[in-house]
Amino acid sequence: MKALKLTVAALVASAAFAGVAIARDQIQVAGSSTVLPYAKIVAETFGETFPDFKTPIVESGGTGGGLKEFCKGVGPETIDIANASRKIKDSELETCKAAGVTEIQEVKIGYDGIVFATDAGNAELKLVPKDLYLALAAEIVVDGKLVANPYKKWSEVNKDLPDVEIAAYIPGEKHGTREVFEEKILAEGCKEAGAKDVIKGLIADEKAAAKACVAVRKDGLAVDIDGDYTETLARIASNKNGIGVFGLAFFENNADKLKVATVNGIVPSVETIASGEYPVSRPLFFYVKKAHLGVIPGLKEYVEFFLDDQMIGPDSPLAAYGLVSAPDAEREEGRKAFDAGNML
Amino acid sequence: MTEIVSSSSPAFVRPAAARRDIGIKRRYAAERRFRAYGMAAIMTGLFFLFVLLWTVLSNGYTAFQQTTITLPIEFAEKVIDPKNERATNPSKLMTANYPLLVRDALVKALGIDPKNRPLVKKATDMVSASARTQLRDIVVANPSVIGTTVNVPLLAEGNIDSANKGQIDLKVEESKRKVNDQQIGWMKTLTDSGALTKDFNTGIFTFGASSRPEAAGIGVAALGSLYMMLIVLALALPIGVAASIYLEEFAPKNRLTDLIEVNINNLAAVPSIVYGLLGLSIFINFAGMPRSAALVGGLVLTLMTLPTIIIATRAALKAVPPSIRSAALGLGASKMQTIFHHVLPLAMPGVLTGTIIGLAHALGETAPLLLIGMVAFVVDFPGSPMEPSTALPVQIYMWANEAERAFVERTSGAIIILLIFLVVMNLGAILLRRRFERRW
Repeated sequence: MKALKLTVAALVASAAFAGVAIARDQIQVAGSSTVLPYAKIVAETFGETFPDFKTPIVESGGTGGGLKEFCKGVGPETIDIANASRKIKDSELETCKAAGVTEIQEVKIGYDGIVFATDAGNAELKLVPKDLYLALAAEIVVDGKLVANPYKKWSEVNKDLPDVEIAAYIPGEKHGTREVFEEKILAEGCKEAGAKDVIKGLIADEKAAAKACVAVRKDGLAVDIDGDYTETLARIASNKNGIGVFGLAFFENNADKLKVATVNGIVPSVETIASGEYPVSRPLFFYVKKAHLGVIPGLKEYVEFFLDDQMIGPDSPLAAYGLVSAPDAEREEGRKAFDAGNML
Repeated sequence: MTEIVSSSSPAFVRPAAARRDIGIKRRYAAERRFRAYGMAAIMTGLFFLFVLLWTVLSNGYTAFQQTTITLPIEFAEKVIDPKNERATNPSKLMTANYPLLVRDALVKALGIDPKNRPLVKKATDMVSASARTQLRDIVVANPSVIGTTVNVPLLAEGNIDSANKGQIDLKVEESKRKVNDQQIGWMKTLTDSGALTKDFNTGIFTFGASSRPEAAGIGVAALGSLYMMLIVLALALPIGVAASIYLEEFAPKNRLTDLIEVNINNLAAVPSIVYGLLGLSIFINFAGMPRSAALVGGLVLTLMTLPTIIIATRAALKAVPPSIRSAALGLGASKMQTIFHHVLPLAMPGVLTGTIIGLAHALGETAPLLLIGMVAFVVDFPGSPMEPSTALPVQIYMWANEAERAFVERTSGAIIILLIFLVVMNLGAILLRRRFERRW
């Protein structure tokens, strides 16, 4: 009798625990803090438009952190969607595969512009990658040799730039934005300044040469910001001569406090980024577990809703917030690819 | 000659200069210096406290006001339910085009040509997009409202709210701010007609998270924090008190108990993120509990609070004079009776103070919640601790990272609310101590 009672108790307990693990009727999303505001708008509108489904939970934690959670495995105790401000890396894909997450669908939601801005009281800045590279690189080429960056003022880099000390607030190395900054500005500027070929001549290893091109000076004139854009904004408010790196959406929300710099003579805006004229932009993604589609209620509807033109089209709330919509054909293609179930 | 005179003077009269130096001046000076250091230390502390409170209060007090636009909304049947099918298809009321009702009311109130689409868009942008749910809830709760006209206070959009509070610099170029001149003109019109008002912001207490500042509140976060505090109280207090009574009163003094004591003291100083890692691997990955749930958060915070409670309780038990124990034992009480009838009641103020301080500490933690998925955007209210929720300090962190101007004041507003909670808890601890403390 006692044994029977015990077994019953154990069964009840295990059922309760199992019940915990199975019952999930809410989509869980995690990842990039750049995608977070967009995902929040979509999640909220989704909850309002589809009263049958609960509003998805959107965690922040960075692209890397989100993909790590995403690659933990398949099942209700793992997240369904990882937001990313860059493409998934091969190493991350391997981790995913090892944990059984083999069916991943990649969804591109649009583009994010990266802008340079100073305090609103300053004169308009005209930047080119070459000047930024010369001002911010750790080592530059002088007379065919690599030397520690000697420039202290913008005017020493280029006479047309203001005669103030260099102070740049750039995204820290854990940010996805940093990669874009290195690739689209520093590497480009390295090439334009003619330093790339010299560095290649000095450093035989190709990877090390590329790294030397994008290494940022560590003498305090370029400051890594590991926090969010709000921190960069605060830094610029206290140092009026500072130049900060922001996302287009953040800049547009604070356009009365900041003056945006042109890059290659182009003013960043949704239009110039969409047309590709403005050089510094990147695509934004999210990744969906195909195995969860149809298991987690509302997941398929959420992704379709996200891809709909009423969310990511040129007249959508996301575009109003600062997302740069992909061209019409590309959006249509994305919707088709998701419906077809294309996987990575 | 002189020698004779001096030698003739009485032996006990000594020259004044020979007085023994006992350093009175030096010692007084040292004391004065020390007092000055102390005062300086306190003044520095007070200064920073003042700066903190001043920035938070001056930034945050406006968060408790919200601009609303009261419009006569005509719940027209031809918009909500044109085919009159709500009796057979109740979901019709959920999906009706409510923004159209707002648009019509605005167009009428401002006298705009409804065909001038850019102008109409500017006008509808002044009202929060959450008007859709607001009107839907009114209609769903009371379908008989259809066909009538009701004055509904609608939330103004975040930027309009900020402009109305003077937080957007209207002197800069029109293209560089989020509120255009046309909207500012309308704001004046609406204020003059009494439609646009600044009211007490109840929403900041009752709404869940939202991407729209005007519709964002700490409701979900406060509920999540409440769940977690209840879990911490229900688990950490009994476990902590039981552990410390055993360690203090029953356990033999040997290597093992010494080791346990050292470990408890160490655990109290472990960075809280470590408890988050522990929670992730044990409660979520091993036990399969749901992510983002207040239950897991409560368990993690329990682990974090336990050492604090154990240390405070042991100190309180130690402070009870041995004479109490000896007297009780001498009168024939058992050890259990001695502890539970005499020692523990006397130690209770200390135990409760320690518990409340531990709880207040747990209330302000974000780091351990990051890894268990509670630093998240949660809109729906959690019906139980098993459902996803977030916490008060997490809400502050999330709002601090938002781009919109209107979130700046809300961040400080949420800090004020959290500070009030903490002050109330700490006051409670002080009152308990005052009320029950006994001196020998």
